[in-house]
Amino acid sequence: MATRNVNVWRHVDWITICMYLLLILCGWLSICGASFEVGQIDFFSFDSRTGKQLIWIFCSLGLGFILLMIEDRFYELFSFPIYIGMMLLLLATIFIAKDVKGSHSWLQLGPISLQPAEFAKFATALCLSRLVDSYGFDMSKPRFSIRLLLTILLPLFLIIAQKETGSALVYVAFFLVFYREGMPGAILFVGVSAVVYFVIGIRFQEELFCEGTTSIGYYAVLTLILFFSYGMMYVNHIKSDKAIRLGLISIGLLIASYLVAIYLIPFNQVYTIGTLDAALAIYLLYQWIARRALPFFFVALFTLGSVGFLYSANYVFTDVLEYHQRTRIKVLLGMIEDIKKAGYNVNQSKIAIGSGGFTGKGFLNGTQTKLNYVPEQDTDFIFCTIGEEQGFLGSSLILLLYLTFILRLLYLSERQPTTFGRVYGYSVFSIFLFHLFINVGMVLGLTPVIGIPLPFFSYGGSSLWGFTLLLFIFLRIDAARTTQYR
Amino acid sequence: MAKDYRFEKRRFVIGGIAVAIVLIYIIRLFNLQIVSQDYKKYADSNALYHNIITPSRGMMYDRNGELLVYNQPAYDISVVLKEAENNIDTLELCRSLHITKAYFQEQMTRIRNPRKNPGYSRYTQQLFMTQVSPQDIGEFQEKLFRFPGFYISKRIIRQYKYNIASHLFGDIAEVSPKELKKDDYYRRGDYIGKQGIERSYEKSLRGEKGVEILLRDARGRLKGPYKNGTKDTKPVPGSDLVLSIDAKVQALGEYLMKDKIGAIVAIEPKTGEVLCMVSSPTYSPELMVGRARSKNLGQLYRNVRKPLINRSIQGTYPPGSTFKPAEGLVYLQEGIIDPYTTKYPCHNGFIYKNLRVGCHTHPSPLSLIPAIATSCNSFFCWGLYHLIGDKKYGSSQKALTVWKNHMVSQGFGYRLGIDIPGESRGFIPNSDYYDKIYRGHWNGLTVISIAIGQGEILLTPLQIANLSAQIANRGYYYTPHVVKEVKGKSLDSKYTEKHRTTIDTKNYDYIVDGMREAVLNGTCRAGAIPGIEVCGKTGTAQNRGHDHSVFMGFAPKENPEIAISVYVENGGYGAVFGVPIGSLLMEQYLTGTLSEASKARAEYIRNRKIYYGNAER
Repeated sequence: MATRNVNVWRHVDWITICMYLLLILCGWLSICGASFEVGQIDFFSFDSRTGKQLIWIFCSLGLGFILLMIEDRFYELFSFPIYIGMMLLLLATIFIAKDVKGSHSWLQLGPISLQPAEFAKFATALCLSRLVDSYGFDMSKPRFSIRLLLTILLPLFLIIAQKETGSALVYVAFFLVFYREGMPGAILFVGVSAVVYFVIGIRFQEELFCEGTTSIGYYAVLTLILFFSYGMMYVNHIKSDKAIRLGLISIGLLIASYLVAIYLIPFNQVYTIGTLDAALAIYLLYQWIARRALPFFFVALFTLGSVGFLYSANYVFTDVLEYHQRTRIKVLLGMIEDIKKAGYNVNQSKIAIGSGGFTGKGFLNGTQTKLNYVPEQDTDFIFCTIGEEQGFLGSSLILLLYLTFILRLLYLSERQPTTFGRVYGYSVFSIFLFHLFINVGMVLGLTPVIGIPLPFFSYGGSSLWGFTLLLFIFLRIDAARTTQYR
Repeated sequence: MAKDYRFEKRRFVIGGIAVAIVLIYIIRLFNLQIVSQDYKKYADSNALYHNIITPSRGMMYDRNGELLVYNQPAYDISVVLKEAENNIDTLELCRSLHITKAYFQEQMTRIRNPRKNPGYSRYTQQLFMTQVSPQDIGEFQEKLFRFPGFYISKRIIRQYKYNIASHLFGDIAEVSPKELKKDDYYRRGDYIGKQGIERSYEKSLRGEKGVEILLRDARGRLKGPYKNGTKDTKPVPGSDLVLSIDAKVQALGEYLMKDKIGAIVAIEPKTGEVLCMVSSPTYSPELMVGRARSKNLGQLYRNVRKPLINRSIQGTYPPGSTFKPAEGLVYLQEGIIDPYTTKYPCHNGFIYKNLRVGCHTHPSPLSLIPAIATSCNSFFCWGLYHLIGDKKYGSSQKALTVWKNHMVSQGFGYRLGIDIPGESRGFIPNSDYYDKIYRGHWNGLTVISIAIGQGEILLTPLQIANLSAQIANRGYYYTPHVVKEVKGKSLDSKYTEKHRTTIDTKNYDYIVDGMREAVLNGTCRAGAIPGIEVCGKTGTAQNRGHDHSVFMGFAPKENPEIAISVYVENGGYGAVFGVPIGSLLMEQYLTGTLSEASKARAEYIRNRKIYYGNAER
């Protein structure tokens, strides 16, 4: 046992640790920039945000050290207890946490307050890794996949119950892990399709063409559904040649229908495309029954499901969502300009970043962030400070550093000899990627405003410790990789 | 445990997703930070507050160094509606500012009306009240913290030591949209010279604005200087002006012109400096300052006597007999008359065929000098008749052109170019003009009335004074100007350039003798000042109503120091108002005071009213 612990320092991936330290340093400097106020320069005072962050950073380093010292088997052995314990904590938090701006996610422990949701990620990752690593695991068997799904849905709903929807959404990231472990690509495709349908359908729903008879949103989505279905037929090798032929015929029919509407009688083009979708579905269902071939059924299901999704999404959007939720989505999709209310954060954040120029205004010289134009600039909108003070050069370098870090995690995951290590590595990778994707995207005005931190940059002890925990457990597992096959 | 290799290739898909995301974000950053320039502008308008520091406006002194126009602080109150709404005790605010609630409501309605207040925004400062006096602001300033959203800013308003020379000083007021468009120095709410010296010397008086660039946070609070104030600029105060005006002469002129309509202009002949410039009726310059300005301006504008007109440069009048010296100069120069031997008969007027220009009773025939002294109409009519009819010119047209050119050289018919706005050019007819009226058929007799300064001829009182100045100088004048010196700058060369007339100096001597004779034995006897050789010429300008009383003169005869013109509308004979007023002003200027007798006379003149009725003028 003792020898293995000594080996940790030799086998641990120092490259990742260096990048980790570098990211943390950049993060702290960004917080300096974001919390700097005119006339106040004492960054090391423990009353200031920067001083406190320094404490969190040193605690994290200590935490990292301890994590590396722990026996690697421990994580595998105790993954279920850790998971169960953490879920109980999440559950308890809902009831004992104080109300902070409507959310019940902060636990007060003496002078510090912690957010258990940040620590549930590693527990969930451990649990998933353990499940996938279990004997006879097969993703295609429903009892395994349902178990996986439940493992991530449990914390997801517990966190939603804490009114921290943003943090809950992070658990969606685990689908990337499932994909790596054998989840059919179709599910990922369906998921992406759903997002595309929703965005296009809602965004262009009220815009008309063909002499005002046809909604562009419906028409475009229904057309996409038709050709996605042909694409699925083609990819799954069911009547590939027929798929191409049908596709070409469909294009011809659509053009003909459009010309008739323009030159003869204007009519709603949705009828044409709708009929084509329906015809394809009926044809596929017929083929399924006639040939007893399941793939036909799945494609038909995709076609019909997509159409159903489009109409139900529209129904939800117009009739179920509250006005302010609808506004938020509309602002995000660029349908309305609402600079004062829902779009204020994003607009100010774009101004701050945009004003940075190529080289930026220089450390501590940002005007937008310093003067509080960007709300939550040292937490969720921390990337603004980098954009404004370091410019295109600095912010691109940070993004590239991040990318390198994440790809390094991917590389480390792939070199794991155990399924447990690999799955855990992928979980870590996916969580970091998801945070980067949503957080930076939100600051750049590309993704919805979901309040999740940028790992190692956003101010806050819980998130920093959470991510450190996540990362160093993986580094410990990775350091032990050579000991597996003695 | 066996490793599962089936899905190994999926790592490339997953890695690809990560690369794609970062790539998209970098492209987005490139767009935001490098391609688009808008965000930099937004950022600056967000965070930088340009605090304009208005420099103090230049002051004005008279020629003896006496302060005439200076500055006093006044306070503007502005309000940011977003911060003020539902946040303040209106009643208390009204009480501390000594205004009524109705006035408060009225101001708020005005601010919110985008038509009256085009720059309306709930988030920026809107002008609530302007030019609150230091006395009124005190209580409000103490309680300012109780009125969030209200701000005080200091501005400077004009103060006047004496209530004189309002036409000359002019006034300042908020810059108009048109002026804003013309000069980007100004911003809404700035003050600009509107009339008089304030307008013509605006660029010298205003100085240079300073800018203090401050950082402003998201709530509009100022957080200190931007880049430690290195981008700030300091205001440069406006230049002070030394006017050529003698405050005492000006004051006396206005004193004498009470209840009379007309103008007085006095010029120092050897420099062209205007010593006094009176236009009557006048008004107090203080009426144009402060919140009552627009009300006062409206009242003055509606006044039937049109006090806003500066008659000394804007009024055009027939010069009457004061024009005769100018005619005499032309006749002499053209050799039409000999100063001593040419004598024209006058039988109570100029009588030719059935044309008659009346004259008063005096010995006949007369030569030039006594003709000027007694102001004989006949002499000058004959002179003009012979000039226009002289064969050497070839035609009446050509003769008149010669005459006209001499007149223009003496400063008539065009603007003299005085340094205050609004000058009229007067009128000197040319042959085209008469050709048009008389379809080419006219001669000296047709236009005979121009011989005695009547008919088509119109001069401004300034031009009459300038005539006097160039006679005093024996043949030249400087463009009259009211500003003697812009401190720190040299005077425009326009005012130091000598304008020679087309008349020889020797011809002036006869005219001067005539004008001296007029004071000694002629029409201007009332203008004599003991111990000073005064030269003068009366005028009694005929017009539709009662005659205008005109005087033109200078003193002393040798090395003249003052040349003057007095024009009193409907004052009757020149000797009634013109001569005594001119004489008193010359005495005041030359001796620095008035003798006891003159003081009594001054009071007498002041108290003489002319009844003008209520007709529009």
